[in-house]
Amino acid sequence: MPLPYYVSPEQMMQDRAEYAKKGIAKGRSIIAMEYSDGVLFVADNPSASLFKISEIYDSIAFSGAGRYSEFENLRKAGIQHADVKGMMYSREDVTARSLANGYSQILGTLFSQEMKPYEVELLLAQVGETPERNELYRISFDGSIVDERRFTAIGGRSETILTLLRKETPETCPPLKEALTLCQHAFEQGADPRSNLEGLEVALLDRTRIGRRFRRVPILEATKILS
Amino acid sequence: MNSKDISFPNFSADPCSSFFQYLTSQRPELLPMARWETSLPQQGQTDASLMSPNHFPWPHGTTVLAFTYDNGVLIAGDRRATEGFQIAANRMEKVFQTDGYSAMAIAGAAGPCVEMAKLFRIELEHYEKLDGQPLTCEGKANRLGHMVKANFPMVLHGLVVIPLFVGYDHKREIGRLFKYDITGGRYEDTDFHAVGSGGKDARSTLKEYFRKNLPEDAAVKVALRALLNAADEDVGTGGPDLVRRIFPTVKLVDSRGVRDVDDTQLATVCEALVNEKQET
Repeated sequence: MPLPYYVSPEQMMQDRAEYAKKGIAKGRSIIAMEYSDGVLFVADNPSASLFKISEIYDSIAFSGAGRYSEFENLRKAGIQHADVKGMMYSREDVTARSLANGYSQILGTLFSQEMKPYEVELLLAQVGETPERNELYRISFDGSIVDERRFTAIGGRSETILTLLRKETPETCPPLKEALTLCQHAFEQGADPRSNLEGLEVALLDRTRIGRRFRRVPILEATKILS
Repeated sequence: MNSKDISFPNFSADPCSSFFQYLTSQRPELLPMARWETSLPQQGQTDASLMSPNHFPWPHGTTVLAFTYDNGVLIAGDRRATEGFQIAANRMEKVFQTDGYSAMAIAGAAGPCVEMAKLFRIELEHYEKLDGQPLTCEGKANRLGHMVKANFPMVLHGLVVIPLFVGYDHKREIGRLFKYDITGGRYEDTDFHAVGSGGKDARSTLKEYFRKNLPEDAAVKVALRALLNAADEDVGTGGPDLVRRIFPTVKLVDSRGVRDVDDTQLATVCEALVNEKQET
């Protein structure tokens, strides 16, 4: 019987990470940015019906970059978890922090134990009662989790976009119009010079709304906000 | 090759966007219905005296009613809950908004009623989030029917839940009203209906005063008149309490969504109706 080849754990992890990164690099980018009344999500998404940004719970939104089938599964799992928790305890007990932890656990386990890691990067945001209590989390394919302030980005061109945003974004939460302009510029310069509003998907977690804070912004309305 | 030989890949085992279905298969212990099956005597052994409300009182109600008016559909209910011969609550809410364009009202045992309304609201929201678009009015009504059907084991223990469901149908541009029986049967055959202990009295008032396409103000008046008459005849139904300023709940569902009729308007109409009664 031939002996199986020995592959060192370091090598194995590195191979998997490279594989996952390659998959994510093909994915289009998504930005989440805090604005004066909540959190703004902008995704580079030419499809008008397949969404990248979605509602998880009253004040929590989710977005995924990479392989669609994989982040779609994670999105559904998140909604189920949130709804069960909200029913068992109370609606206020569903938090982005616990969801982010859950996602981190799932992705970490998949990365170290499965043949093929998930090629996804996730972005989770919760709008707080005040801007200081907003939460932004970025979760990578290996389960590593980063708690961000002001803005964050995921997807293939996220590094370029983040560099641009770091230069331009003000210290305090900008109003919606300014935040949307910043995001659009970042896409124009960082991802695709031809990108216009039609190719973007826009959604908000709006603190001023009662109950469910998530709202999609149709392109027509986004154009109005920018003008 | 025979067509039977070709096997198609199945969609995943859990294709359903229903929260109720998810709980049934994954977390049955969380369903309001499930826990009664073990904690109460099984059917056949049911001791009737133990189950009677006098021995072991559950809060009961109620008069709730709904009818269509010119913009959409109105749904209303009184605020009283009773335990045997005692009043358990006089500010109970029996009419619930279930999503942006629908509402339900319930008659029966208070605990399971409130639980079903809560679960149904999550059900609609869950579907909307998973599927990316809300259920149609018809779809919502059918889902509620399934939940009433699943409640049937509890009915055998005396815990009846009878809902009324109203929603705005964007495709047909009308308000629609659905009633249910205890087995989950769903009916959409009238433009007005009332259920609960005072349901019969409210229905007779509605029969007399209901007209198709009533304007909003007139509709609110008819609803309150029916509730007032039901409260006159039925101990389980609370009338408007002009001293403590407790008024029935009235919600309007139309193309703009669901909204409450505010207390000032309810107070004015209730006072007018009470004065009318003094004159006769």
